[in-house]
Amino acid sequence: MNLTKKTLTELSELFRSGEVSSREITDAFIAEIEEKDSKINAFVTTTFDVAREMADVSDARQKNNELLSPLDGMPIALKDVVCTIECRTTACSNILKNFQSPYDATVWKKLKSAGAVLLGKTNTDEFTMGASTQTSAFGITRNPHDLERVAGGSSGGSAAAIAANFCTGAIGTETNGSIRHPSHFCGVTGLKVSYGRVSRWGTMPMASSLDVVGPIAKTAEDCALMLQEIAGHDGKDSTTPDIEVPNYTAEIQHSIRDMKIGIPRNFFEKGIDENVAQVIAAAEAQLRDMGAKIIDIELPHAEYAVAAYYIIAPGEISSNQARYDGIRFGESSKAKDDLQKIYTETRSEGFGDEVKRRILIGTFVLSAGYSDQYYRQAQRVRTLIKQDFDNAWENVDAILSPVSPTPAFKIGENLDDPLKMYLEDMFLAPSCLAGQCGIGFPGGQTDSGLPIGVQIICPAMKEERALRIAHQMQKYKT
Amino acid sequence: MTSKISPDDVKHLAQLARLKMSAEEAAKFAPQLGDIVHFFEALKKVNTKNVVETSQTTGLENITREDAISRYKSEKLLIDCSSHPVKKNQISIPNVL
Repeated sequence: MNLTKKTLTELSELFRSGEVSSREITDAFIAEIEEKDSKINAFVTTTFDVAREMADVSDARQKNNELLSPLDGMPIALKDVVCTIECRTTACSNILKNFQSPYDATVWKKLKSAGAVLLGKTNTDEFTMGASTQTSAFGITRNPHDLERVAGGSSGGSAAAIAANFCTGAIGTETNGSIRHPSHFCGVTGLKVSYGRVSRWGTMPMASSLDVVGPIAKTAEDCALMLQEIAGHDGKDSTTPDIEVPNYTAEIQHSIRDMKIGIPRNFFEKGIDENVAQVIAAAEAQLRDMGAKIIDIELPHAEYAVAAYYIIAPGEISSNQARYDGIRFGESSKAKDDLQKIYTETRSEGFGDEVKRRILIGTFVLSAGYSDQYYRQAQRVRTLIKQDFDNAWENVDAILSPVSPTPAFKIGENLDDPLKMYLEDMFLAPSCLAGQCGIGFPGGQTDSGLPIGVQIICPAMKEERALRIAHQMQKYKT
Repeated sequence: MTSKISPDDVKHLAQLARLKMSAEEAAKFAPQLGDIVHFFEALKKVNTKNVVETSQTTGLENITREDAISRYKSEKLLIDCSSHPVKKNQISIPNVL
């Protein structure tokens, strides 16, 4: 039995019923990682000893009928911005290359309490800033479907780890597409939760009014199992509302017949790859086939989302990154006698180009004389983008759109053209700015076998609906 | 495309952001940042008269939690995060002024 190709849901059943042990599952994934990750580079740190110990404890629970959750005994990976006591947390930046967190992030604490087994930490663009996992200080993550191409980003390590059968599920983060984008490039399923649905405490921030933490796995059903364990209020993250967490696995079983799906054709029909257009047309046909109603909608301000994002996010980034000054944590420069020099040299040596670019843009848009012209105008446009969604939800239950305009591009492409890289997120930025949820999942592929994803966007705190549509579409296909 | 940001502007921004910036780096960043800032001009087309600004999307306000004191037991781990000398359980740094 090839365990690593199975879904989280399938493995969870096999383990619960006693057919396989967590140790067997864990060892199977470790063998896969040891054989193939030297080529892919999905992991920056592995914790195999910890994983085997955790698996043995899960096995003991299984024997005593004391399993903690469907994730008990299931090997997972965490994007390397999620703080863990078990090993270093680097944000894939030189400035934190040896950082050992003294505490666990809430998301990891919850997964650990659910019995999940930690295989290691996955690669990301430095501090999650990028759309290709090429700005990591620990090298590029290669796309398991074509090693000459990028895995997408920034959660490229997590998405590649799922595509390469290295773990049952992985945690990613998204500020502007960083879960859905690599899921599209790698042919896996990634859920961008609504802002506030999952606690960010202990997860390194990029842009605090946008950052979310969410699951990446083989299927929407697997994502539902993971979300169940990580969603909910956390007193340590004041943006998590104290509202009920639905039973996701139960909710996704319902049919989507008569559901109203909006398609904002004017927004995405210009400039997308022909293959991507075909996959979206096929998804539309499938939804009709399944009894859903397709309704054309407009998101008139969506085209401004990337520009608004690249003002708002760098503003927040320049402020968030100020904490890396070489004093309390992280690497510190050798200049020990002059405080200003410690700050400046630590930051200049520790940060890569993309982080520096965003800090510089953020400093620019927030500086006196420019903040009204750029920053505040972007915040007003953000309001209009959110209103577009509010208007859309009066007529439709969900929105179908491409994840990004093209399939995975070649390694090295777009690196010296940051603006082109930023446009990778054009279909992802609107929902992020508006705090909506969305799921990216496989919709088809190019002739050469590169995956192409589709995305379903739903209103804030309606993850069960996004998961349900994706699950029903995945079930219908297989 | 005309760049609105000169290498000197980049150096000034870098100084504000506590980043060291060589002439070579400033020359590389200036056109890149210029392109990005030029891209922002698109937002000028949007009529935002009487539109309020959005800084967060949850609608939550004044969220507090219980003001309870709990003893933090891992002081040493916290202090170990710093590479600077430690005196009396405090991180010692050069004089600020």
